Amino acid sequence: MAQDNTIIEQIVDRYDAEVGMLIPMMQDLQAECGYLPVDHLHLLAKRLELPLSRLYAVATFYSTFRLAPKGAHEVTLCMGTVCYLKGANVISEAISREFRVEPGGTTRDRLFSFQAVNCVGACALAPVMVVDGQYYDGVTPDSALEILHNLQPDEESTEATAKEAKRD
Amino acid sequence: MISVSTRFTSGADIDKFAKKLNSKGRKAAKTVRVCIGTGCAAKGSRRLYELFCEAAEQSDQDVRIEAKCVGCHGFCERGPIVVVEPGEILYQRVEEPDVAEIFRETVVGGRIVERLLYEDPVTGKKAKKADEIDFYKVQERIVLGNNGLIDPTTITDYIAEGGYTAFAKVLSSMTPEEVISQVEVAGLRGRGGGGFPTARKWRSCREAKGSPKYVICNGDEGDPGAFMDRSIMEGNPHSVIEGMLIGAYAIGSEQGYIYVRNEYPLAVEHLKMAISQAREFGLLGKNILGSSFSFDIRINRGGGAFVCGESTALMASLEGRTGEPRAKYIHTVESGLREKPTNLNNVETWANVPAIINRGGEWFAGIGTEKSKGTKVFSLVGKIVNTGLVEVPMGITLRQIIEEIGGGIRDGRSFKAVQTGGPSGGCIPAEHLDARVDFDELTKLGSMMGSGGMIVMDEDTCMVKVAKYFTEFLQKESCGKCTPCREGLAQMLYILDRITDGEGQVGDVERLEELAELLEGTALCALGKTAANPIISTIRYFRDEYDAHIKEKRCPAKECRGLFRYEIDSEACKACGICMKNCPVDAITGDKKVPHVINQEKCTLCGTCWEKCPFAAVLKV
Repeated sequence: MAQDNTIIEQIVDRYDAEVGMLIPMMQDLQAECGYLPVDHLHLLAKRLELPLSRLYAVATFYSTFRLAPKGAHEVTLCMGTVCYLKGANVISEAISREFRVEPGGTTRDRLFSFQAVNCVGACALAPVMVVDGQYYDGVTPDSALEILHNLQPDEESTEATAKEAKRD
Repeated sequence: MISVSTRFTSGADIDKFAKKLNSKGRKAAKTVRVCIGTGCAAKGSRRLYELFCEAAEQSDQDVRIEAKCVGCHGFCERGPIVVVEPGEILYQRVEEPDVAEIFRETVVGGRIVERLLYEDPVTGKKAKKADEIDFYKVQERIVLGNNGLIDPTTITDYIAEGGYTAFAKVLSSMTPEEVISQVEVAGLRGRGGGGFPTARKWRSCREAKGSPKYVICNGDEGDPGAFMDRSIMEGNPHSVIEGMLIGAYAIGSEQGYIYVRNEYPLAVEHLKMAISQAREFGLLGKNILGSSFSFDIRINRGGGAFVCGESTALMASLEGRTGEPRAKYIHTVESGLREKPTNLNNVETWANVPAIINRGGEWFAGIGTEKSKGTKVFSLVGKIVNTGLVEVPMGITLRQIIEEIGGGIRDGRSFKAVQTGGPSGGCIPAEHLDARVDFDELTKLGSMMGSGGMIVMDEDTCMVKVAKYFTEFLQKESCGKCTPCREGLAQMLYILDRITDGEGQVGDVERLEELAELLEGTALCALGKTAANPIISTIRYFRDEYDAHIKEKRCPAKECRGLFRYEIDSEACKACGICMKNCPVDAITGDKKVPHVINQEKCTLCGTCWEKCPFAAVLKV
């Protein structure tokens, strides 16, 4: 708990406790923990003298926020217009079927979190899948499944992605 | 990288510094420029850059050789792109093993590596430089001019190319009103989609009562299929900062914000570097260049909500709230962020400002059409040969962009429609390909300029499905604040789902039109008001496709599952058995040397056989 408090204090200080910077604070918290733990949200609300409902509204409105722990790997599938025209929805269905995970969710074994995003702006590569920051171009249902089957469950990679996000 | 610590205290300091940078001794004799835009980086260009750096370091040449990472060249289709100077030799689709050869032959030897040059697919002619390639010939690059030329991670490159001189000129010799007049003469209109005259916005904000005043750069490029702003922020972040400095001076603002999409990590990184370097050089902060003008910029990352591209929703997000728009009877220039006068412009709009100041409003107004001036950057994507980022003068025809720059449709298919304006825009069919790119002309066609996404569709694209895609997108992204948008889109999507599932009813098209009218008239913000455009424009130009789905239960483009069948072409079939093995419901029969057949009763239309057949013998009929 004391440690949780320190994290919150550090983040709040970083933005001079300015309520307007709530979203960056929550982005930092997520970068630190990998998701937004309820206890931390309580502490943050208390520290900023905001109702918890306000934080919860923000956490559920913006697709970037997660209220549950993420998987060891982060898989982002682009659903932009071009990717869609070139079959991204079929890839998404294939991933959901194979790993029993819906977009926005995490596989049961926490191997990866699966996100379908609006557009990563790399249309020349369509369909695009991004795994832990690495872009894969011209993905097909088969190649996507192959990439995901080759993912290793590994603690370090979770930490690495958290650190990466923190640098932002 | 910056080796000297420099802090400018006057405009003349910038000139002196630029001269020093361009002096003979300092400039590298030979340069290799490697594109690290997202497209090229995804294909491994960062590693190429490292390899060129190593080669340059180990080189025993007498002259200084430099490897440089630069922003997007636009020709993403052919990435990774590497340009060697002198000679501006452009190599495309460069791979790691090519580095040594390029270095030995071209950089050291001054000879061309023929096999890495771009070859015109029609004439077979090889192009040595960018301007010999059709893709670049018709373009006019004002905003993207320095992309691909400068290293976005160091301010010195931007200054060496004349950066920050427009701002210095403004600060030393122009009044705020003179600055606004220049922008007015230029006829610059907002590049984010609306096309509102920039000078009018600036003037209203300048004259509005209240302080402090804020300027915002909208980098929440949410339209799927659009990456103009991403490339500018990644490839030339200082041009955005300089534009904002000039605008802030004209408006009387001391604080700026750049709101960037969370999906653009590289843009955030480069903007952060640019801002901290600009502070270091005394171009942001207190009493800039020894004047009484102070200004600073903060970056906020978006949270992945499309609606935040709308100005009032973006401001709500900057205040730490959910991104819900408000009605705009009170303009944001009077009461915006924290209820203070706020001027918001899009990335590309800001990036145009330094050039207007440097070269004059009249020069800018000389480009384009009567009411749409200057150039516009488009991301040309979809079923087109040359995918990429293009900057063209306003007034060019859609046909020129698609055929001359884009090289036409992929795989010998024929053109069906081009979608512009993102989810708020519409689809323009072949009969209007000679329409000019102009704010008002595209609106007349039922689409809009939008921020610059240009998605090309071929005959295999089902237009009802396209309408459904955008409606589904907007339905998910609707903030839910006003009923017409929240409920209207859900109902429209329900009807579209029905049509593409083959359960459309006579009268569905009219029902869609009725809901569209309601939405346009009653929704609170631009997202809702324009949300029906994809549906309305596809009904307007492709009514026959809707009718085929509804009345004949047939999808003419053969995309909607259940509205076409799979059959095996007995002449093309080599009886390899792959489809048979992969069919999940054992609907395919056949034998060795006997062409296979699909049992239509059993077939679930999953399309596996069509995907797996190595001989393209499975047909959609």
